[in-house]
Amino acid sequence: MDNTNKRYWKGIEELKNDISVVKNADQEFNLEEIDGGTHRRDFLKMLGFGVAAVSLAACDAPVRKTIPYLNKPVDVEPGIPNYFASTYSEGGDYCSILVKTVEGRPVKIEGNKLSKVTNGGVNARVHASVLSLYDIEKLKGPQKAGTDISWEDLDKEVTSSLNSANAIRLVSGTILSPSTNSVIQEFKQKYPSTIHISYDPNSVSGLLEANKSNFGKAAIPSYRFDNADTIVGINCDFLGTWVSPIEFAGQWAKGRRLTSGKDGKKSMSRHYQFETGMTTTGAAADYRQMMKPSEEGALLVALYNKLTGNSIGSSNFKSEIVDKCVADLKNSNGKALVVSGSNDVNVQILVNAINTSLGSYGNTIDFSKTINTRQGNESDITTFVSELKSGKIEAVIFLNANPVYDHSLGAQIAEALTKVKTSISFADRADETAAKCTYIAPAPHYLESWGDAEPKTGSYSLMQPTISLIFNTRQYQDSLLKWSGSDSSYQQYLKNYWQANILGGSSWVQALHDGVFETGASTSTNTAFNADLSSAAVGSLSSNKDNGLEISVFESIAIGTGSQANNPWLQELPDPISKVTWENTLALSQKTANELGVAQGDWAKLSAGDYSIELPILIQPGQAHGTVSVAMGYGRTAAGKAGNVGQNAYPFSVSNKFWTGGAKIEKTKSGYTLAQTQTHETVMGRQAVVQESVLSEYVKNDKAGRFEPMIETSTGPKKPYTITLWNGHEKQNHSWGMVIDLNTCTGCASCLVSCQAENNVAVVGKKEVVRAREMHWIRLDRYYSSDENSEYSIDINHLRRMEIASENPEVVIQPMMCQHCSNAPCETVCPVLATTHSSEGLNQMTYNRCVGTRYCANNCPYKVRRFNWWKYFENDDFDYNMNNELGRMVLNPDVTVRSRGVIEKCSMCVQRIQAGKLVAKKAKRRPEDGEIETACSQSCPTNAITFGDMLDPESRISKILAREKEGRAFHVLEEINVQPQVSYLTKIRNKDKAIASETHEAHEGHHA
Amino acid sequence: MFKAISKQFLLLLFLTTSLSYSFAQDASADGDVATGEKLFKNNCAQCHATGDAVVVGPGLKGIEERRDYAWLKKWINNPAAVIASGDKYAVDLYEKYNKTQMTAFQSFGDPEIKSILAYVKSANEAAAAAPAGEVAGANDSGTQEAGGGKFFNIVMVSLLVIMVLVLFALIAVLGLLNKLSNKNADAGPEKSFVENLKNIFATAIGNKTIRNAIIWLFLLLGSKATFDGLYGIGVHQGYAPTQPIAFSHKLHAGEMEINCAYCHTGVYKGKQAGIPSSNICMNCHNTIKRESPEIQKIYTAIENDQPVEWVRVHNLPDLAYFNHSQHTNVAGLDCENCHGQINKMEVVEQRHSLTMGWCIDCHRQTDVNSKGNAYYDALLEAHNNVSGDPMKVEDIGGLECARCHY
Repeated sequence: MDNTNKRYWKGIEELKNDISVVKNADQEFNLEEIDGGTHRRDFLKMLGFGVAAVSLAACDAPVRKTIPYLNKPVDVEPGIPNYFASTYSEGGDYCSILVKTVEGRPVKIEGNKLSKVTNGGVNARVHASVLSLYDIEKLKGPQKAGTDISWEDLDKEVTSSLNSANAIRLVSGTILSPSTNSVIQEFKQKYPSTIHISYDPNSVSGLLEANKSNFGKAAIPSYRFDNADTIVGINCDFLGTWVSPIEFAGQWAKGRRLTSGKDGKKSMSRHYQFETGMTTTGAAADYRQMMKPSEEGALLVALYNKLTGNSIGSSNFKSEIVDKCVADLKNSNGKALVVSGSNDVNVQILVNAINTSLGSYGNTIDFSKTINTRQGNESDITTFVSELKSGKIEAVIFLNANPVYDHSLGAQIAEALTKVKTSISFADRADETAAKCTYIAPAPHYLESWGDAEPKTGSYSLMQPTISLIFNTRQYQDSLLKWSGSDSSYQQYLKNYWQANILGGSSWVQALHDGVFETGASTSTNTAFNADLSSAAVGSLSSNKDNGLEISVFESIAIGTGSQANNPWLQELPDPISKVTWENTLALSQKTANELGVAQGDWAKLSAGDYSIELPILIQPGQAHGTVSVAMGYGRTAAGKAGNVGQNAYPFSVSNKFWTGGAKIEKTKSGYTLAQTQTHETVMGRQAVVQESVLSEYVKNDKAGRFEPMIETSTGPKKPYTITLWNGHEKQNHSWGMVIDLNTCTGCASCLVSCQAENNVAVVGKKEVVRAREMHWIRLDRYYSSDENSEYSIDINHLRRMEIASENPEVVIQPMMCQHCSNAPCETVCPVLATTHSSEGLNQMTYNRCVGTRYCANNCPYKVRRFNWWKYFENDDFDYNMNNELGRMVLNPDVTVRSRGVIEKCSMCVQRIQAGKLVAKKAKRRPEDGEIETACSQSCPTNAITFGDMLDPESRISKILAREKEGRAFHVLEEINVQPQVSYLTKIRNKDKAIASETHEAHEGHHA
Repeated sequence: MFKAISKQFLLLLFLTTSLSYSFAQDASADGDVATGEKLFKNNCAQCHATGDAVVVGPGLKGIEERRDYAWLKKWINNPAAVIASGDKYAVDLYEKYNKTQMTAFQSFGDPEIKSILAYVKSANEAAAAAPAGEVAGANDSGTQEAGGGKFFNIVMVSLLVIMVLVLFALIAVLGLLNKLSNKNADAGPEKSFVENLKNIFATAIGNKTIRNAIIWLFLLLGSKATFDGLYGIGVHQGYAPTQPIAFSHKLHAGEMEINCAYCHTGVYKGKQAGIPSSNICMNCHNTIKRESPEIQKIYTAIENDQPVEWVRVHNLPDLAYFNHSQHTNVAGLDCENCHGQINKMEVVEQRHSLTMGWCIDCHRQTDVNSKGNAYYDALLEAHNNVSGDPMKVEDIGGLECARCHY
């Protein structure tokens, strides 16, 4: 099968041949909006200033101070980084991490490979959290009603008012920390009227309730996606955001990995996804079906009926793939797994029933270890709101909680908070909730704190401070202990707690060093299923009616629940599917948009009930008809200068089910350009950029889906690499390279933020992203594909097929960074030799030599070179982290901060290569494989990126390439003979047939 | 207009000339003493001090007074034989130092031994002169700072003198020419000297060739000076700022022979050698010279919890990455290679230009220290296959941009 009969397109604009795409197809940058050019006078002014500046600079050198420690800690050597194991635990999201600190300041987060839960994987939000540490907009100390107060006075006042309060409520997000729970118990003992309420903005309380009623346990079991042959996800973004995505992505990838060759692994799991909006999980699935949120019950009833032969209700769910899905689930013999992201208890009961009938419990679902990352209880918070409104509550404490913003009842809470006598928040800033509280007792960032976590039964994890307190803050555990009358510091408390309850005689120091500790504890595994299925079916089917336009509120990979909204790295991270930055949108399918009379570029008012928001329209292929998806986490009003963008979608999540019907859309204005990154470069009609096939073909032929170009010569067609004008570069020492497995890349963008942190990549802001000037060194190209190869056919059937294809296209995500070509086109055109080739296969970029002609960017076939249009640091026009001293503390001291007017691009983390080589040289040996990792390969939760020395025959990359050379490995644009150091492995979908042949056959059948 | 520009140009010319002639100073080395020092440090210092102190064996201060040269040579070449011969001094020495016999240095001939003795002598003389030296050193640093201006003056004056001489020569030549032409014409009355001078100037300026020659001369000199000046921007060779504490490397590294890495703890480990923290000073100075006002500054710093703010002498631009451990630990280079003879500096100064050209020159000339380092095995083999010359840093990519710039 040749894949060139497929058509790849990057956005609906390109498929439709939109005027803007046609006009800008041969332009790298969108320059239209730039007003004016450079005038002669400006030029002369700059020239004069430049000469003056140079002569001034020549006059004398600035005196630079060098200030040593007074008393140097033994383990700190300036210039040598230290790594500390710690724990990321924010709103239930968990990751075991290593924190790289330089001279006492954390600069980078890496995965902790000792963890049995996250296995060294990290996601985008965890990477970005190091920047949140240096957020200048945090509170500098405790406050009372907006004015500063000392900790002593605050303690005195709070203790006296707590003592006199009769009904105290402690509202928190999910607390993973066992020692914090113990601190809360002590607080409750001192103040017996305290009730602890926990809720999650991205709640799964429906699942918890279902498990309680079915199995007697309000807990989330462990899932084993790696053990499942058939995975069915129903509105469940388990690779991106659901419950424990880093862990699940790693497991999922295990089941998706293929190896070529005779003894290769040629089997993989099959993944079905039923969902409303397009998520990375849906994009990675083999079969994807769109459905409205209201249809979840109908789908599950249909699945259950077909699987068991019983009927628990009548379902009218229409889908071509349900029967296929049922057959695969049956054939998996217990190695099947159905998961749903629904927050409706009835839906989750049906999911449990299906998993029980499939025999998944014990195989792919394990109750002996439960996942603790979501503990929020919806009914508790609802009770809390009604109590608050009645004025019964006399004191309330908010701990890691911002319900005024991130709960659907937020407006009511805000209003009722005025009735409470004493309200306290531990928020790091005067956020939406804290601003309404009497006291703010700011807690430090997790990188400044002690703590622990138990993400799964028996898997413990420690958090330790990696920097001394930046502002006058105090850990909320310390505050609670103090208010409970305890003299102990939380640090001591934590240690005592671990020694008494967790360590069982093991070393505290060792546990702190490792960051993780496994006790092997487990809970009972009784999974006797007990449910009234027919009432659950009735309950879940009740929503399956004509609800009008349905709003789906989803959690995006970048912003999540919005707690880290003021993080410019996350704001500028393009959504893996829509590629939109800096705001949320109203995502509609083309058909629905046509019906509603809106188009991309319009703004529209979305209303449901008595709440409405105004946002730009996004035409999203793969969006279910009759639905509109809006990301949560945006629309903060008190997050800070970077975070207060977009509109708040939480109020649409009626009774926290994350969807609502009866919505209305009215166009308000038009002529708006979204800050989307995908349409910025085009593939110029080259067809073999992504190469993919299906498993059935791959089993027959290792090279299925490969495009092998041939060049016509006088002696017949030849492979491109056999004819060359170039002399090549000799590599005798190392040949650094990368292999990227398109099959396991989910597009989670962890690599992108990791690269940004490692390489001091600047944030440019929404306006510059619109002009295609984002600076990310690695981009995640997302290609939609459909089977239509000709754009100019006038056949009506062809056009119809094209429309259908664009409704639910296949998606390939391809990480693209500098390919470090051995015959690099950029090097030959640089007039000043600022970009040259190294003897180790790297394409080097020398900023101090670059004069900014941009010839290289122009000549780069992969369009990976980035130009510094502005000075992005110490510039008030770019008021992000590099514009203040605190924010600049995140910069990596080993990487130059680029100035205006130079090109930059992926260096393959040459600073890490050099550091790794030096370690080896000092030990008088060769570097070991895995010792040197790039920022992207280090952070990938699915290990899709393998970095290494291709001259070392024992390295993983050499072994992969040896196996895949005659299999899945390909170079992008092989035909232009640039010989990149980066190889890709073809994407293989576990489908029976490629979509091209499936639809072609259907088409022919229609004619017959 | 042109005048104004040319004035500015001349000013610029002078400025840049003065900048370009930066103040390179070559430390003249006393051959004998220097060889001796090297030999002493490599062979003797493990057991002997140059002063009175006993390390393993006796201190060598005044050794030439104690024993004659012939005895010393015999002893150094074969101490066992001297003891066996029953020499009383030798046997006593042997007994006194717990029957630890000195290593024999049979390869040492007269020049080596003499150098070592010369070094021991000079070291003791220097130690004796130390208090006086300190004062002198302080004065030195003062004059050194003014040195720039002084040098500038010398250049100015000499340039002026040369120009005046050239002017006179030109006048003389012109006068001669004029006289000759006048003789030929043989007419006109004698003109006054001033008038003559006027004429000469007028003729000279009127002469196209001379005019062009002068213009070209100035243009060429000017552009050379400008280029030299521009190349000197950001080069601070000879920079020796006054430090907050008058710390003497000459005393600590030179006379006391404290290993550089004792204070600069990172020099073999990391990219920065590191400025010692006050607690390292306190290792010795909690007992030694506590009352000195300079050392009291450290005490004050510790009491006030205010670290000492040293002035950085060696500055590289932010765009260049330099790692000490690569050069000290892996390549085995001595500190003096780049920092000059720190152990002789009262006030540390930047001895080399630290320009990229300077780095590259060294990378071109220096052999890779590949001996016994398995990292370089493959590279060395590949190199030896194609070349008989030793493997230079340049040969293994030592000139590539991304070795230092990223």
